[in-house]
Amino acid sequence: MIDLSRRKLIVSGLAAAAGASGLGVAARLARKYGLVPPDSGGIYGLGETLTYASQRLLTRHSLAREFSPNQISPRPFPNEIAPLTEDFKRLQAGGFADWRLSVDGMVYQPCSFSIADLKNYPSRSNITEIACEEGWSFIAEWIGVPLSYVLDVVGVQPQARYVLYVSMEPDTWDSIDMADALHPQTLLCYGMNGSDLPVAHGGPLRMRLPRQIGYKNIKFITSLTVTDSLKWFGKGLGSAACEYGYAWYTGI
Amino acid sequence: MATSGSVELAEASEPRRASTAPVTKLTKLAPRHSGLVRVTHWITTLCFFALLITGIEIVISHPRFYWGETGTVLTTPLFQLPIPSSRRLVPTGYGYVLPDQNGWSRALHFEAAWIAVLTGFLYVIWGLVTRHFRKDLVPVKADLSLRALLTAFAKPLRFKRPSAAEASSYNGLQRLTYLFVIFVLFPLVIWTGLAQSLGFVSAFSWSVTLLGGRQSARTIHFFVSLALVLFLFVHVLMVCLAGLWSRTRAMITGRAVITDQAMTAGRGSTRKENP
Repeated sequence: MIDLSRRKLIVSGLAAAAGASGLGVAARLARKYGLVPPDSGGIYGLGETLTYASQRLLTRHSLAREFSPNQISPRPFPNEIAPLTEDFKRLQAGGFADWRLSVDGMVYQPCSFSIADLKNYPSRSNITEIACEEGWSFIAEWIGVPLSYVLDVVGVQPQARYVLYVSMEPDTWDSIDMADALHPQTLLCYGMNGSDLPVAHGGPLRMRLPRQIGYKNIKFITSLTVTDSLKWFGKGLGSAACEYGYAWYTGI
Repeated sequence: MATSGSVELAEASEPRRASTAPVTKLTKLAPRHSGLVRVTHWITTLCFFALLITGIEIVISHPRFYWGETGTVLTTPLFQLPIPSSRRLVPTGYGYVLPDQNGWSRALHFEAAWIAVLTGFLYVIWGLVTRHFRKDLVPVKADLSLRALLTAFAKPLRFKRPSAAEASSYNGLQRLTYLFVIFVLFPLVIWTGLAQSLGFVSAFSWSVTLLGGRQSARTIHFFVSLALVLFLFVHVLMVCLAGLWSRTRAMITGRAVITDQAMTAGRGSTRKENP
């Protein structure tokens, strides 16, 4: 009986040591291969990292489900937006002709685009579901220019790891890794269901990421910044939502 | 290892007297639950409560349920829970809006899910390797007769304490219930949870289409969670009936107090015939 317990003690001790060093190695490898999200600190960091790392390994190139036109929701629900600012209303009165999307950071040619510029680029559309973290969802046809196309135009430097995007709504910004930024379904979205993107849904320009939750699909985009690190922005967690306790990666 | 089917004397404090004097009231501490069962049980318990509380918090932000692929406040729900919401745009009939708790609730929900799933994997692999399921949870044929199952069902309803033999093993109904929870409800709640992950379904789209769509997955997730809560209630009730302290102690220390009589009876009625 006593021998058995001693043996068990040694075996479980060895197993624990192996487990701990295994975790250490796993953490270093994860960092090396970009599998650690910017909000990996704190008590929920373990869960966030497991989710992000496993989904990056499983879903780097996978495509969100696309639906047929007859599955488009007849009444797309626009979630609440902050009251429109005077600046926004002025641009709206001008038909958003003066709306600008600036692109800077680790790019070869920092640039600024009007909505008309973006519409002149090859347009893509996908009929995908947008799902809110609250639980509801609807299907729409989203029209826009692939983010990867715009990034190609400005020329992304090789050390780039994230694309940060900022809304005209105050205190609203977020970021995605290059896997999502270069994903073929990721759109700078200016149209919905055959017409211009309504303001309630983020018009004139919204980020559309069919593989992430609604709050990551930020409305009223005015600038993109390509960067190799997120620690310079806000509290360094990768998004404004993170500062309110919301996860950076929302593939779940 | 410690299995309930083959009850042995553990730390036999007074082994001599046990064999020489057949006093039926004599009690012994016999092995009841193995170390792995105990550790995984309590980790799962912690995760379960974390998942339950955060799950309720998330549901509060949209207490409406739908069937099929889509659903919003602009479409007709399958049903709506008569509770207030943490979102202003959800019509609840209540004049107030609860504070938003979705940020940490989602983070803790997924973290607890990860820990629970990894713990569950460990338990299932261990249970298969050590034949824990076959020895302790697959019912004996005799216990599967309608009469035996009805007896097992009716007995606790009359608030009868389990007999000494039952205290060291599980009856047929309990075994079926545990197997159902472990191999049907838990996998189903994990599946319906993953089917709501946009990233996961982009790689495994069948996981959501088989369920009839995203909103169906969410609704099934809700009902499976209800079934698990029902199991929790019955489980705790049965533990109380069998002796809250002695059962809980058995799940902490691994040993249960049983009488000589129980050990003899336990041998006869619960051991499985060799296949």
